[in-house]
Amino acid sequence: MEPVDLDLDEGELELPSEPMHLNMGPSHPAMHGTVRIVLELSGENIVKADVQIGYLHRGFEKMCERGTWAQVFPYADRLNYVSPMLNNVGYALAVEKLCGLVVPERTQWYRLLLGELARISDHLTCTGAMAMELGAFTPFLWFLKAREMVWDILEEETGARLTHSFGRIGGMAKPPTAAFKELCRGSLPKLLSLTEDGERMLVNNRIFLDRMENVGTISASDAIGLGWTGPCLRASGVPYDIRKTHPYLKYDEVDFEVPVGSRGDTLDRFLVRLAEIRQSIRIIEQGLDRLPDSGPINCDDPRIVLPKKSDVYTTIEATIHHFKLIMEGAKVPKGEVYSYTEGGNGELGFYLVSDGSGTPYRVRIRPPCFQIVGGLGKLITGKMLSDVIPSFGSLNMIGGECDH
Amino acid sequence: MSQAVLDALKARFGDAILETHSDFGDDTAVVAPEKWKEIGEFLRKDLEFDLPVDLCGVDYLGRLPRMEVVMHLYSIARRHRIRIKARVGDADMNQAELDSLTSIWPGMNWLEREVYDMSGVVFRGHPDLRRLLMYPEFEGHPLRKDYPANKTQPLVPYRTEEEAGITLEKQPPFGPDEGMSFPRQVWQRPEEN
Repeated sequence: MEPVDLDLDEGELELPSEPMHLNMGPSHPAMHGTVRIVLELSGENIVKADVQIGYLHRGFEKMCERGTWAQVFPYADRLNYVSPMLNNVGYALAVEKLCGLVVPERTQWYRLLLGELARISDHLTCTGAMAMELGAFTPFLWFLKAREMVWDILEEETGARLTHSFGRIGGMAKPPTAAFKELCRGSLPKLLSLTEDGERMLVNNRIFLDRMENVGTISASDAIGLGWTGPCLRASGVPYDIRKTHPYLKYDEVDFEVPVGSRGDTLDRFLVRLAEIRQSIRIIEQGLDRLPDSGPINCDDPRIVLPKKSDVYTTIEATIHHFKLIMEGAKVPKGEVYSYTEGGNGELGFYLVSDGSGTPYRVRIRPPCFQIVGGLGKLITGKMLSDVIPSFGSLNMIGGECDH
Repeated sequence: MSQAVLDALKARFGDAILETHSDFGDDTAVVAPEKWKEIGEFLRKDLEFDLPVDLCGVDYLGRLPRMEVVMHLYSIARRHRIRIKARVGDADMNQAELDSLTSIWPGMNWLEREVYDMSGVVFRGHPDLRRLLMYPEFEGHPLRKDYPANKTQPLVPYRTEEEAGITLEKQPPFGPDEGMSFPRQVWQRPEEN
């Protein structure tokens, strides 16, 4: 900024100033996720920003080395706790790649559908929380109401609202319920209209737009260099979506678009997420038509998949089989594998190393928001203090995933 | 698909590529740690690997060199992936050092800090090598195989039985058998190879 009185000698204007240090977090009402940002301020401008994570570190990778391969599923649930199903499926696909298994067609459609429902829940949480942090409480409540519909479906399917632990190596815990298709078809239009109501309320609001536009801008090449993926990268104009570029499950058989932004600012990230909700609904509608009503849900491989409960209670062979699989775990072939899927925030990767036993030798998760939050310091340095809140909100940091 | 990448690496660096494999469709090259940065620059500039996907350490206790640093890269432009590994560190994890790649991919900054924190690999030339997930006073590196999962840190003293007034049989966070009447399968040292 130019000095107010241009006639004044600059030497006289110089005030003895010390940089002001400000701690944001780890527990701050306007930031979702436990993160601490140590800011060095000059007036309201951020001179230096040090983002510190790790407040939610629970030793995920260490814990995984202590149980069986199947016991990782509950941990995977708790990584990204707004879209646990995507993590479940991502981990299951990684182990299946190592075992050389391909799940039956019905399971593939089922996983795709549940995953897209989880993605909607993820995006609704992020966009809603972002609006709330900027003072718009009503759209947040509407988005949560819409998310509740998603969770009702998932509860009906899995028995749990949040931590489903529904994935299994070589299949899913249960086949789709009889009401699944009807539930989805009934809820999706309501969900969409709630989302659109909230969106209309926000994108026509001057205050909201002023705080979002041209804030937290990042160019495509910077975002790639930082290792960004997912909606945050697509908002910068890079159409990199693993569902499109490296299709897994049945994504090559459904018709959907990859929404991209143009400026790479906070508003773009917000709009890309909302556009992705619409695309997810499109995918679900197609998937519901294609999901077979009958057929096996698990692979036919007794080395990996548990026997039927009715057999376990009546025959000794199945009892022993069940006991061995639970206590020793399914033996996964020796080797290392990297499997990647499109999570709610971007590329969700699992790098698994097996020594051929029933316990993982190493489970490495590549959480998408870890590197996205790693770029936060660059995003806010040189900007105003009030820009931290929308910039950070639009990155959708999930503490459990970011801090491992 | 990325077999061409492995061929290009072998043609360019020859002996510095110690071994390659494409198990499960993941093309992998084990490289000499001295050439870590040079190979990184080659991959970034000549083969357009612009997205730093992941970096992690895998501890092979009992094998020399002990720590394997695994890097995954992706190219948005050419849509290919590669896994690059370097083995560093003796039995006590001395000389576990690699050149930092932060100047090539800015996203390596946090990844290298995390590997330093969790596995104790030092990255030479890193601008800000501090612990990332753990607090500065933390002792040891938790993802090494010789770090016991039930180890407690000196900054967190547990109450004695007298102080607590009750018996503290089960020590948090894990007992050796985790409350089960039979022991859980423990990790076994892999055969030398």
